[in-house]
Amino acid sequence: MKVVFEHLTKKFPGRGRKARGEVIAVNDFSFEIPDGKLIGLLGPSGCGKSTTLNLLCGLLKPTSGRIFFGEDDVTELPAEKRGVGMVFQNYALYPHLTVRQNIIFPLQNLKGADRLSKAQMAQKAYEAAKLVQIEELMDRKPSELSGGQQQRVAIARALVKMPRVLLMDEPLSNLDARLRLQTREEIRRIQRETKITTIFVTHDQEEAMSISDMIVVMKDGVIQQIGKPQEVYDDPVNLFVAKFLGTPPINVFDGEIREGWLYIGADAVLPAKGVSDQQVFVGIRPEGFIPKEQGALACRLRGVEVMGRDISVVSAHEACENSAVRSIISAENRIDMEAEKIRFDLKPGKVFVFEKETGKRLCFSAE
Amino acid sequence: MEKHVDFEKIEKSDRTKKRVLKIITYALLTFWALVVLFPFYWMVLTSLKSYSAYNSEYIPQLFTASPTLQNYADAFTAVPLARYFGNTVIFTLATTAVMLVVTVLAAYAFARLNFRGKNVAFTVFLSLMMIPNELVVITNFVTVTNLDMRNTFLGLILPSVTSVFYIYLLKENFEQVPDQLYYAAKVDGTSDLKYLWKVMIPICRPTIITITILKVIECWNSYVWPRLITDDEAYFLVSNGIQEIRENGFGRENIPAMMAAVVVISVPLILLFLVFHKKIMTGVSRGGTKG
Amino acid sequence: MTKGKLKMDKKSMKGWLYLLPAILFLGFFMVYPLIDVFIYSFEEGYNSASQTYYGVGLYNYSYVLHDPYFLQAVKNTFILVAVTVPVSTGLALLISVGLNSIRPLKELYQTIYFLPYVTNTLAVGLVFMILFKRTPYTDGFVNLMLHWFGAGPVDFIDGPYAAKMFVLCLYTVWVVMPFKILIFTGALASVNQDYYNAAKVDGTSRFRIFMRITLPMISPTLFYLIITGFIGAFKAYSDSVALFGTDLNAAGMNTIVGYVYDMLYGNGGGYPSYASAAAIILFAIVLTITCINLLISDKHVYYS
Repeated sequence: MKVVFEHLTKKFPGRGRKARGEVIAVNDFSFEIPDGKLIGLLGPSGCGKSTTLNLLCGLLKPTSGRIFFGEDDVTELPAEKRGVGMVFQNYALYPHLTVRQNIIFPLQNLKGADRLSKAQMAQKAYEAAKLVQIEELMDRKPSELSGGQQQRVAIARALVKMPRVLLMDEPLSNLDARLRLQTREEIRRIQRETKITTIFVTHDQEEAMSISDMIVVMKDGVIQQIGKPQEVYDDPVNLFVAKFLGTPPINVFDGEIREGWLYIGADAVLPAKGVSDQQVFVGIRPEGFIPKEQGALACRLRGVEVMGRDISVVSAHEACENSAVRSIISAENRIDMEAEKIRFDLKPGKVFVFEKETGKRLCFSAE
Repeated sequence: MEKHVDFEKIEKSDRTKKRVLKIITYALLTFWALVVLFPFYWMVLTSLKSYSAYNSEYIPQLFTASPTLQNYADAFTAVPLARYFGNTVIFTLATTAVMLVVTVLAAYAFARLNFRGKNVAFTVFLSLMMIPNELVVITNFVTVTNLDMRNTFLGLILPSVTSVFYIYLLKENFEQVPDQLYYAAKVDGTSDLKYLWKVMIPICRPTIITITILKVIECWNSYVWPRLITDDEAYFLVSNGIQEIRENGFGRENIPAMMAAVVVISVPLILLFLVFHKKIMTGVSRGGTKG
Repeated sequence: MTKGKLKMDKKSMKGWLYLLPAILFLGFFMVYPLIDVFIYSFEEGYNSASQTYYGVGLYNYSYVLHDPYFLQAVKNTFILVAVTVPVSTGLALLISVGLNSIRPLKELYQTIYFLPYVTNTLAVGLVFMILFKRTPYTDGFVNLMLHWFGAGPVDFIDGPYAAKMFVLCLYTVWVVMPFKILIFTGALASVNQDYYNAAKVDGTSRFRIFMRITLPMISPTLFYLIITGFIGAFKAYSDSVALFGTDLNAAGMNTIVGYVYDMLYGNGGGYPSYASAAAIILFAIVLTITCINLLISDKHVYYS
């Protein structure tokens, strides 16, 4: 089922004396989610991603704009009629029911012609449980399960009625680091097997990048960029997106474009044609540095962290916004740890230039 | 296209359903609010009707055109209402004050002091919570009678003081005060009593206010015990007074004057409630039951 | 070593000193009476004037159990319990669910509903009596309303037993509602909203949400209120006095607790032995019912 947003807007009345006026949680969203894809809604907390999810499942009504599931306009449809499955952040498993009863619960709500026989329900519940590999735990209560198992039960419960759209609110945030890696692969696998259009919300860019077919980066209720994870990473539209994606984060410098060259401090680091002379922000991905004795950019060397395959060079530069300039280079490079300075050449594709005022990306040619 | 129409129908029926439900909800809530408030309205209304006007209404009137305060004057002159009132104030204040002292000391001992047999003593205290008043009233009645304390304030007050539940409630609260405060005070040479007075009581004031209010309500409305051990009108509390007024005062038919008396004895607690309604409601929900 | 022990004793003494007032009060007015009431109940032919008795046995119990007034009181009490506990619990739950679902006026309603808790049972009972009573001068307000619906005048206070019982039950419900509504609203508000959202997204009807989620989640509160409701209703007394006056035996509206007090003091009083026996029978009934309740609740209540 493809999902379409048309000028979707949600405003909340301001609460209390502090925030007078209204808060725009979702501002004029228009985009289309293709059928059968896994979509990550990504942004810092308070950016409106959970509101978007609640608008999708019908727990909130939009102030204006429309939502379509396929060709059906579901904007005014109450939550219980939308046929979406939702996995809540804290899972919301009914604590007084067993795993089996929890999974069957949505099926028991069906009425009329859709109503299934007891055996059919049991069969479907078993299939859903099998899909998430918890068929052994059917008779336990949620309190007897680990966090990861509860998560699976929640997914099974959301999937059992074959929803048109599956929604997940911060599905991994309550799991520990090891389980998180494992579960996100699991979500990917389940989505591939069921081919249900799945939208999940997260503030963790790594999580979104690693499993999504498409990510939607949001900030303050406004969509910043939509695209395949690698595309967004390689081609951010503005400083916010560039900073938000990537670990370690992008290094941001104060810079200047002068006479076709990009300057950081006094160093002319790259030719930059096609952009008028101005003050700019320069973002350099950690993997965009090439250590070279005669390199264009000089930094003070602070230390080297060996990570096995790669090494991380920590240095400092007075024009850099970050407290340290982090660069990841292949371990084959030899760094003189005693040296005071280190010089880098830059890979043009890993260097982005942004307007100082708006943070908008300026495209330049390094030819 | 056909599906589209179907959707609109669902939306519409859902919206109507919601509206109907809301109307039913408000209707039910308003109905019960009226049931609760009506007796109060009726009591005030009747107390403002003149004796003759009330008795000439074969069909009760919901309004009165000529309100009078004569009934209030009658209530205070024809029966010793002021005396019942005064007795109740004395009884309530004295009982509550003694209760507070006993409760605070006991709660402090359980929460803060270490002594031999503390756990056993606390278990015994807790088990006393389950004893119904009806079982102990009989012996207390005989005891007070034998001690010649019928128709005395002492006889009224002493058996009404104990409240195991309040000791428990306050002890729980006292235990939340961090130990460091106690050790700091000890280092400074503060005595236990002074620490209790200067530190514990101010910190736990909300709980102390709560149990005070609950006890005041309990005392003001107490009926059974005062009825058993007072037969001299001079020691009647308001509950007994009202019963006495009903059976022997004013002549049976002076209902407006009776209602005036009822209003007078109800007003203090209602005022207390209006001022402290949040405190009282949280206090009661933390474990009070009626009586 | 000796010094340490001495110090410890001093410390212990201090603790007991702080407890002393409470111990004195509780010992004298609670523990001693508790023991004494059992002794009284077995002392036959106790004379309160001379404080003597003839022998020890079960005569007091046998007397009480054969006393028509006691049997009437038991019947009244059981009817009162059987009617008011389910009605008040159900109604309070219904009102609380309604209260929980609205926003405007919620606090006002909550405050109004709590009002009966702080009013004098005797005083408001008098108002109820006047509303329901039929006198030569007026049929009373309730009969006026009945008239609007074409029903004949009924004397609810001095009339037929069923009418009197109806008023007593009604007034009891009115008196116990505030506490129940307060506790229910608290319990309902503490149910995590996510459960409702989850159920809604799964297309659950309101009725099913209530039966399958709300009720199980508040079941501990529900059973707490049922148990305290039973205990409270078995101890009913002042509601009846408020409506029908102090001579409840004559009105045929006595309760078990009323019987205890009447045996103790009043027109037929002066028999602490009978009173004790009746009180212990009451206590046994309440204990039995509470135990049954607890057994049932163990099976059906979900404790998180």
